[in-house]
Amino acid sequence: MPEIPLIHILFVSTALFFIGMYGLFTRRNMITMLMSIELILNSVNINFVAFNKYLYPDQLNGIFFTIFIIAIAAAEAAVAIAIIINLYRSHHSIDVEDAGEMKW
Amino acid sequence: MLAVTTRKIFRAAIWLLFSLIGIAALFFWMQLEFIAAVQIIVYVGGIVVLIIFSIFLTQKAGNEMPKPLRRRSFFAVLAVLIGFILTYTLIYQYHFQPANNQPFNLRMSDIGSQMLSTSENGYALPFEVVSILLLAAMIGCIVIAAPSKAPPAGREGQSNLKLKGITEIKNTTELKEALPAGQHTGGPANA
Repeated sequence: MPEIPLIHILFVSTALFFIGMYGLFTRRNMITMLMSIELILNSVNINFVAFNKYLYPDQLNGIFFTIFIIAIAAAEAAVAIAIIINLYRSHHSIDVEDAGEMKW
Repeated sequence: MLAVTTRKIFRAAIWLLFSLIGIAALFFWMQLEFIAAVQIIVYVGGIVVLIIFSIFLTQKAGNEMPKPLRRRSFFAVLAVLIGFILTYTLIYQYHFQPANNQPFNLRMSDIGSQMLSTSENGYALPFEVVSILLLAAMIGCIVIAAPSKAPPAGREGQSNLKLKGITEIKNTTELKEALPAGQHTGGPANA
């Protein structure tokens, strides 16, 4: 199998990170913002795994960080969706502009 | 990766699903079968299903979201492009030294033993912390998503809903009771 250099994988993860950033900037819907956050976390996962595989193949630290990030992302998504459902129940909207009571 | 650009929210969720599967394929390609399996199970099986559930709970799936403001999307594109170019040039100019001589073979037993070891490089403490975090997240989800008892208006509405539901159920049972009688009366007439 031809070995792909590390920089191509870093290109993919950087592109994914900034696609997630774009979604976070432009979307005002809470669920889609949550999806953008998932994309960003995934790009970080790709980075950890690629560095672990290419630069330090004798250690496993990147793998562990990836596993912990996946676990924390799952917990975060569950809490976020609980908040979204509760907000929808009280506001009948999940737009972030409509939920401005706790600003300042 | 159109997950952030499409305007229908359900299609955005499906695009997110495909991009997550692609990332899992990337992990498979890097010979990390365990991480790829965890990725598929947790993200594709858990988070995307949760997101689709919440989409169905909160809004009509076919509705189009309003377009983002032109000024905001313009500045977002600008910031994202600048950030991407900056980061990629930084990555490109930094020459990584890949360790070519050592093969990277990952064994599941290594992961398991290092995960639970309390020695120098062990990950027992973060493991426990993550498990406590998951427990706290579960309890927090239940507390947040449970219907609150405080507002009297909401409670009244709910009880009204419940009453309506009960009356509807009664009506349907009455219909069901009435139906065989009607059939019974209708049957001989047809015959």
